[in-house]
Amino acid sequence: MHSTDQLLRRILTDVLGLKAGQADGFTAETGLFGHLPELDSMAVAGLLTEMEDRLDIVIEDDEIDGELLESFGSLLAFAEGKRAES
Amino acid sequence: MTPAAWPCPLPGGTVEEYALAFDSGRPSRLLIVPALFDEANRMRRFTVEVMRRLDLAGIDSFLPDLPGCNESLQPLEQQTPQSWRAAMEDAATHFAATHVLAVRGGALVAPDELPGWHYAPVKGANILRQQIRGRIVASREAGATETQEHLMATALATGIELAGHRLSAEFVGQLQELIPAARLEVILQETIGGGGLWLRAEPDEDRAQADALAAIVAVGIRS
Repeated sequence: MHSTDQLLRRILTDVLGLKAGQADGFTAETGLFGHLPELDSMAVAGLLTEMEDRLDIVIEDDEIDGELLESFGSLLAFAEGKRAES
Repeated sequence: MTPAAWPCPLPGGTVEEYALAFDSGRPSRLLIVPALFDEANRMRRFTVEVMRRLDLAGIDSFLPDLPGCNESLQPLEQQTPQSWRAAMEDAATHFAATHVLAVRGGALVAPDELPGWHYAPVKGANILRQQIRGRIVASREAGATETQEHLMATALATGIELAGHRLSAEFVGQLQELIPAARLEVILQETIGGGGLWLRAEPDEDRAQADALAAIVAVGIRS
């Protein structure tokens, strides 16, 4: 089984159209929403739905806020917490 | 590749809709039912790239507009998935299609009677949920709080606008129940390789993926 960290980097690679390996350079501080103009509301919705599918988690709409998507670190912490719950 | 017009019978009378067509009068003729809503934009270039490859493989293909989408002059809020399916059946007849390839949500409105493929099909309920989620994210940025349950109830009662698409209550009610017909062969993204282009935040293309999908369809039509 792949780690949440690996899976999340792969999802972001698909959503952002990154080259292979490019997401390996993401650190906890790497900015996402607000730093990446291509992440509009529909792209964010797609990202969250893909996270649900591939990480086998359910994301409630009231959990979606700016902070969650602020950085790679915050999104990863959220995803890891969700996976630990399930 | 040329734009072609086809007569599309709608409840209010027959109207003209457009299709992109590679038509050299060849015996193998593929109708392509496009992806829906924002995915239609993200998948369009990829879809046309597949058509170019099929043309080189000796297969004619047709990509009709769904009434109310793309170049169509019809109001989207007067359409339903049912009317879309009827429109696609008429397009199949008009272009004398021998096979069908439905892309993503297009699988929900593809003609019933043709052999063919569903590429990465998706349930109607999942499309709706994601569209509504997009609206919730946009509203939150604007400082408003909306919920999935409340928006869905509104959508089913009075219709709703999702990412610029004005959908009737009837449309939402039908879409929510639709699942891809089990009759056609499913092409999974794992078979194509790489990440699905409908996931991209910005429309993109991928030659290897277009090659793979065109090859599966071309081999399938010839066998």
